[in-house]
Formats: sequence, structure tokens, C-alpha cells
Amino acid sequence: MFLASGFAVTYFASALRQAIWGIATLGDAPSRLVEVDGKSVNIPGDHSINLMIQSLIVLFLLALYIILCIQAARDAYSTGKRRNAGLSPSTFRQTLTYLHDFKFAQLLLVLPAAGILFLTILPIVFMILLAFTNYSSPHHIPPGNLVDWTGFETFVQLFRLSSWSGTFLGVLGWTVLWAVVATATTFASGLAVALVLSQKEVRLKGIWRTLIIIPYAIPQMISLLAMKMMFNGKFGPINQYLSHFGLGELPWLTDPFWAKLTVIIVNMWVGMPLSFLLVSSVLSTIPPDLYEAAKVEGAGRWQQARIITLPFIMFAIAPIIIIQLAGNFNNFNVIYLLTNGGPSNPEYQFAGHTDLLITWLYKLTLNNNIYNIASAIGIILFIIIAAFSIWNYRQTRSFKDEEMTQ
Amino acid sequence: MIARKSVKFRVMASYLFLAAVVCWSLYPAAWVVLSSFKPGKSLYSETFIPKSLTLAHYVELFQSKSLMFTTWYLNTLEVAVLSMLLSTLLVTITAYALSRFRFPWRKASLTLILVLGMFPGFMSMVAVYILLMQLGLLDTHAALVIVYSFGSIIFNLFVAKGFFDTLPKGIEEAARIDGAGNFRVFTSIMLPLSKPMLVFVALTTFTGAWVDFIFASLVLRSKEKWTVAVGLYDMVNSYQNAYFTLFAAGAVFIAIPITLLFMYLQRFFVSGLTAGANKG
Repeated sequence: MFLASGFAVTYFASALRQAIWGIATLGDAPSRLVEVDGKSVNIPGDHSINLMIQSLIVLFLLALYIILCIQAARDAYSTGKRRNAGLSPSTFRQTLTYLHDFKFAQLLLVLPAAGILFLTILPIVFMILLAFTNYSSPHHIPPGNLVDWTGFETFVQLFRLSSWSGTFLGVLGWTVLWAVVATATTFASGLAVALVLSQKEVRLKGIWRTLIIIPYAIPQMISLLAMKMMFNGKFGPINQYLSHFGLGELPWLTDPFWAKLTVIIVNMWVGMPLSFLLVSSVLSTIPPDLYEAAKVEGAGRWQQARIITLPFIMFAIAPIIIIQLAGNFNNFNVIYLLTNGGPSNPEYQFAGHTDLLITWLYKLTLNNNIYNIASAIGIILFIIIAAFSIWNYRQTRSFKDEEMTQ
Repeated sequence: MIARKSVKFRVMASYLFLAAVVCWSLYPAAWVVLSSFKPGKSLYSETFIPKSLTLAHYVELFQSKSLMFTTWYLNTLEVAVLSMLLSTLLVTITAYALSRFRFPWRKASLTLILVLGMFPGFMSMVAVYILLMQLGLLDTHAALVIVYSFGSIIFNLFVAKGFFDTLPKGIEEAARIDGAGNFRVFTSIMLPLSKPMLVFVALTTFTGAWVDFIFASLVLRSKEKWTVAVGLYDMVNSYQNAYFTLFAAGAVFIAIPITLLFMYLQRFFVSGLTAGANKG
């Protein structure tokens, strides 16, 4: 025990200095070519990004170590108290029993917490930090160059520099429009189909239901790639039918306006079955005597739908609609697989006409290596989604009701 | 009489409408399935139903040296099954601890996980990539299993916790009075009761691993390590329309297990989703 803590102290004493230096300066020597005996040799310098991650790991470990030390000190204190009171200190076996009986939850959470700490929290902290550096292609990519802290420069660039702010506002505008229209169309179509199927005169409900939800069961990746082929301007079957009926071919995926319409139509195909299922499950919970009462009062079918069905559905589904709205805001699959953001827009920085913020972020990260801007966009996306969610929780109050279900 | 006629008309119109919806829903799938049996390679087809049918593309899929479809299929199965097992274990113990016990930092941990779920996943991909590189885990299936499993905690925690919240406390207390310890209560009372939730978590992770092509293509560099989703996406990207019928055959083969699972278990999915929504 003493040995372990001694080792830890020496480890942190040396690693911490390195870590603080690393995260504060992000390295001070870029790799460079040096002439040695008439040959140029590459001297590796500091790799800013690896330094940053290593420093973060050390700082995270240190935080864990400090928590452990506090626990150990508390434990030693209580052991000392017990000894002073004339009791024998607890054995290792007793400690285990104590953990099992009184700290079972903490015991269960050790592994998940460690995993989340290093695989989720650390990466997110890292990416947030990147927004405050100049880590971007072509001038600040390690190991050839160093990366430096630049404060809020990235955000200033994104909002003020006209080439970036133009792209940002354009993409943001389309993202909002897309999220609203995509959510509204899937919900309206799902509602319509559910209402038609729920009429008591309609037979074979199970079979209709199964056939209607098939698109939901097919993996999106497959159906969207297939859709991309279907809407292919030259060889795809859609244009083939259109020209067969003498209507002329349409630039489904290559014209800005038609591409936007296509992604909305395809998203309706993908999303309608889920809305249909959700609305159907709510419809089955509406008490039938409400309709009986309405009939007695002389309400027609439309009035019944307007006064009973719609309010009931809206009340139950409103939180889910908000979640879907947030989901569509970040709907990566539909856009990426269908158009990949295209057709390209020459006025935009690395984005096309149908790019959402999330696909733009992806392109900036993996294709163009402009990490600082991508990270700033990620932070903005987070703020938008968080605002949505907080508002939603306020509305549903499910957090408060948690104890009531017990 | 007039009233009955209008009812008849309404029912007929409803059937027509439903038939149209079903055509719209089924057309893309039917088109891909039929294309996979179509002779030739191209996207272009003269008729909706091919004039002659062939199994050649399915044979080629499994015999072609350049495609390695069999290897990919086995890789995918390995990654998906292992992620499913590990993630179900992790999600269950996390949700159980956070639902049934009261301890300091509990509310804070819940809020933290809620907040973490709101960050776009791609944001952390670069950092996870560098971490995996430093651990020497790049180009391994273990990396995928670890990242998928721990990632699924954040996605599924609230569904699972919501489920545990609804289980009555009485059963648990009865078992405790009979002398069962924490571990026994968890394994012999709680786990058997939470089967529907376990199925939901297991299947979302299984399908997630089955169809992920973004993170998998970032981590898996060598072709013999690929999963089917990576292979299929590569096929579409590099050949476009040239091998369309082969793509169709591959798509059918990848989609079939997932589609069947979904259809079979659709009830769980809807209740899982609504539970998640109600509980936050």
C-alpha cells in the first residue's frame, strides 16, 4: 500500500509537470529538417495534439487518484477511531462484505464510469478544447507544425469572416427548415395512415400494419443507398418511368431545389412508419365512451376527430415530436447517404446545398481537417440540442415524477 | 340508405388509400430484391420485373476473391454479438445501480449522462481515434466492441432505468427479508423480470454494430477486417452503378437478419421508445 502510493506520487510528480507544460504550451518545437553530413534528417518535434491528449489523460488520472486518496484518508480516520475505541480494525474480508452490502451501487458503477470517463468525457473535453486552438489544415497540422491556443478566434472567424459566416448561416437556415419540414411531414403522414387504419370498418388490420412498417425494419443504411440508386438521374427507375409517361426526366439529386425535395420525400418514407406506430399506440388508449358521449351530443366524425382524437394524440406525442425534431436536426444518415450534402455550392466553404450542420461538421473533420471550426460547430449544435431538451423536460416534468412511479 | 352508401364509399376510399401507402412503402424494397435476381450488372432495367431471373450475383458474392463477403459477414457477426453481450451487461448494471440505490452524486451522474448524450457523436471521433492509436487498438475488432458497448450506455441508460423504476419495490424487499444479499436480488429477482428491456438493449446494440459504416471504416483499415456495412458502402462508393446488381444482392443479405428481427420484436421497440420518452 505504501509502495503503491509512493510509486503514484513519484509518477505524478514527473508526469504532472510534463502534462501541465504540454497542455499550456501544446509543444514548442515543430519537427524540422536538419542538415547532417550533407543529408537532411527529419528531427521529430512536439506533436501538439498527442501532447494534449496525453496531458488530459494524466490530469484525469490525477483527479481519480485524489479522490482515492481522500477515500483512503477517511478510511484510515475511521479505522483509527475504531482502534481508539478498543475495536479491532476490519479485515480485508470484512471490507469486501461491507462493499457488497452498503456500497453495491458504487461497486457496479466502477467499470461503466471508467469507460465513460475515458471514452466519452475525455474525447468531448478534448474536442471542446480544440475550438480554442488553431488546429486546422493547411497551416497548423502536426507533426509538421505546432498548434497554438487562440482563445475565441475560431468563433470570431465563424461568425464574422464573411466566407465562413455565409456558409454557417446558410447551412443553419437549411438545417432548421429541414428539421421542421421533415418532422412535420413524417408526423402528418403517420397520423393520416393511423387514423385511416383505425376506423372500425377496416378489416385485416394486422396485415396492413405489418406491410406499412416494413420500411422501418430495413436498416437505414441499405434503404438509403438503394434510394440513391432509384433517384439516379440517368439510369434510375424513377426517371425511367417519368420519361416513359412522357413527363421528362427530373434532376432529383443534382439540382439544389430538387435535391432538397428529394431528401424530404425520402425522409418521409423512412420516418412515416415510426410516427404511424406511435400514433396507433396512442389511439388505442383513447377511452371509447368519449366518442359515445360526443355522438350523443351530436358531433360528426370531423368534430369527434378535432375535439377528442387530435388533442389526445398531441398531448401524448408532443414530447416525442420534440425528440424527433432534435433528431432530425442531427439527421446524419439521410443526408450523408443520399446526397452527401450535394449538389456542391461554390459560395460555401466545404459544404453543399443539402448539407446540415452535422454533415458539414463531419466533412470538416474527416475530409478537410479543419478541426477547430468543426469543434466550434459541434459546441453550437450541443447548445441548440440542449436548449430543446431542457424546454422539453420542463414541459413533461418527467424528472419530477420519477419518485411517484415507485 | 344515404348514410350506408357514404360509409361504403368511405371504406372503399380507405382501402384505396392504404393500398397506395403499401405500394409506396414496399416499392424500394421490392425493387432491390428483384434487381438482385436480374441478369447483367447495370442499374438500368427495361421492366420492373426482370424477364429472366438468376442467382449468379449471390454466388459471386460469396465466391469472389476481391469482395471477401464471407469474411466480412463473419466479422460483423463477431463484432455485433460481442458488443451486444458487453453492452447489455454494462447498461443493465449502470441502470440498476442508478435506479435502485440512493447515494451521493446520483442525480449529478444522471444529469451528466443526459448532457453527454446531447453532444454530436462525431465530435469525439477524432479523440477516440487517437486514444485507440495510443492503445494499439486500431484495426482491431476489440476497439469496435469497446466503443460500441460503452457508447450504448449513454443511449440506452434512460430506457433501462425507466424500466427498473417501474418494477415494484415489494418483490425486492420480500427477497431481502428472506435473506438474499444485493447480488442475489440483482441476479435472481431483477434480471429475470427485466427481460423485455434486455431484449430491447441487446437488439439496438446488435443492429447498431451491424449497420455502422462510419466509425468502423475509420478504425478498420485492412480489408480482411472489414464489416459488411463498410464493405457495402465501399462497393457503392467505388463502383457506383457498375456493379449495381451485386450491390443489390449484398444489400438483401445484410438487410434480411435485421429486418426479420425488427418485425418479430416490433412491440418491444415501440414500448422501449415511448418508455424512453416518458422517462427522459
